Amino acid sequence: MISVRNLYKTLGTQSILSGINLQIKRGETCVIIGRSGGGKSVLLKHFVGLMKPTSGEVLVDGEEIAGLPERKLGAIRKKVGILFQSGALFDSMNVEENIAFPLREAGIKDLKLIREKVAEALEMVDLGGEQKKMPENLSGGMRKRVGLARTIVGRPACILFDEPTTGLDPIASDSINHLIRRLQKRLSVTSVVVTHDMKTAYHTADRIAYLYEGRIYFLGTAAELRASQDPIIEDFIEGRSGETD
Amino acid sequence: MILPFLGRTALSFLSYLGQLLLLVNETARALVVSPIRWRLFFRQLVEVGFRSQLVVVVTGGFTGAVFAAQTYFQFNRIGMESAVGAVVAVSMFRELGPVLTGLMVAGRVGAAIAAELGTMKVTEQIDALRALGVHPIDYLVVPRALALMISMPILVAECCGLGILAGYFVGTKVLGISDAYYLNTMIKFTGARDIKMALTKGFVFGLLVVFIACHQGLNAKEGAVGVGRAPTEAVVIGSLSILIVNFFLSFALNIFYPGGV
Ligand SMILES: Nc1ncnc2c1ncn2[C@@H]1O[C@H](COP(=O)(O)OP(=O)(O)OP(=O)(O)O)[C@@H](O)[C@H]1O
Ligand SMILES: [Mg+2]
Repeated sequence: MISVRNLYKTLGTQSILSGINLQIKRGETCVIIGRSGGGKSVLLKHFVGLMKPTSGEVLVDGEEIAGLPERKLGAIRKKVGILFQSGALFDSMNVEENIAFPLREAGIKDLKLIREKVAEALEMVDLGGEQKKMPENLSGGMRKRVGLARTIVGRPACILFDEPTTGLDPIASDSINHLIRRLQKRLSVTSVVVTHDMKTAYHTADRIAYLYEGRIYFLGTAAELRASQDPIIEDFIEGRSGETD
Repeated sequence: MILPFLGRTALSFLSYLGQLLLLVNETARALVVSPIRWRLFFRQLVEVGFRSQLVVVVTGGFTGAVFAAQTYFQFNRIGMESAVGAVVAVSMFRELGPVLTGLMVAGRVGAAIAAELGTMKVTEQIDALRALGVHPIDYLVVPRALALMISMPILVAECCGLGILAGYFVGTKVLGISDAYYLNTMIKFTGARDIKMALTKGFVFGLLVVFIACHQGLNAKEGAVGVGRAPTEAVVIGSLSILIVNFFLSFALNIFYPGGV
């Protein structure tokens, strides 16, 4: 579905990604873990052309998108939805209008249908009945879930989740984990989940990729990750900084 | 020391100009290749046009009034007070109306546009638009640009109109210039050329304000400082460019709409 070859990205003078190779298979859930500031969000933005690689290729459904002009990317973005780490809600619109936005853009005019789909999407993220609130009156976790509802409402074939559970309470996190699984099982959505929440990683992943120093350091199943003897990987999943008091 | 500095300044000026022209070009292209979002356009028309009227009209009114008074004080001494109406009308149309309206709109609308787009930029809302397959130029810049292109000439007309009305009131009712003389000279010395000049300048200043403000907003830097800087710079650059462009425009337009009787 998405395939990245030899991706390099430099921002300013800082080299963020240095030679990423990764294939996301159709229908799978691939989790990307890595240190904060390691470039996970940057990598994700390349998958929908929100950022252009310094060099390398990004292919979505076999089509090279790195060189496409902004106006040609519309078709890709109908297929691949992204949940931003910050939620990125439109603050001039209330919750309902935010979630209805992709539907209206897709040309749906039937207001009743839109209202139903919005309510359904809100139910999926456990926010039923919050339609009329403005984004500034939502908590961080609620904003993220509204963002999630906006991302899934248009039923993209592939969804990129940038830290879907960070900032949520354990119960809400668990429900989002189940939602990601459900989307995969029922609607055969392809998912890429960026997270540093190991619980989310283990729960949702078919495969886990560990982004380390700008490269994919490890790629394998959750069981393989847990079984790994590599100290760099062990430190990350155990959460060891190597410091003592 | 000084030469490299001048070189760098010239370079950054040219690069700024280039970026601005790119934005204008993209906006023009958007008008052709994608449908206009009328709802957003009307909302902006209300926001930037309708709601700017009070500010512009008050500015025009008081400027016309004080200008009439000052002109009277000077002209009175040489017995030419009947010319006050003509001086006020011509100056309002040709210079004061468009420039003052431009400056007020740069302050009110330019700042608001830069702040709004800047906030959207740093909170990833613009990326969210793009991710949902909506081009930010279509959605944000085109409606604002169209709204200002249409509102600015109207606002300039209102500013000039109120200025002339206030000048007339002060000149005839307060300072006692004869009604008939005032109107007669005013009509004799003002013509369609002056009104055309006012409207043309208004249109150009509207373009300056909207593109400078959108550029500042779309290129806002992360953080509170970055977002805070966008509206300030939009107002400063917008106002200065209005004053500078006005100078050249006056000469250029004088060819098409020459002054005098
Ligand atoms: N627009 C940008 N301009 C310049 N540098 C950027 C930009 N976006 C990200 N960076 C830099 O790229 C690096 C990676 O950022 P990124 O947001 O991808 O990290 P991350 O892995 O998602 O971290 P986190 O887990 O905290 O979200 C950081 O050092 C950041 O400073
Ligand atoms: Mg991130």
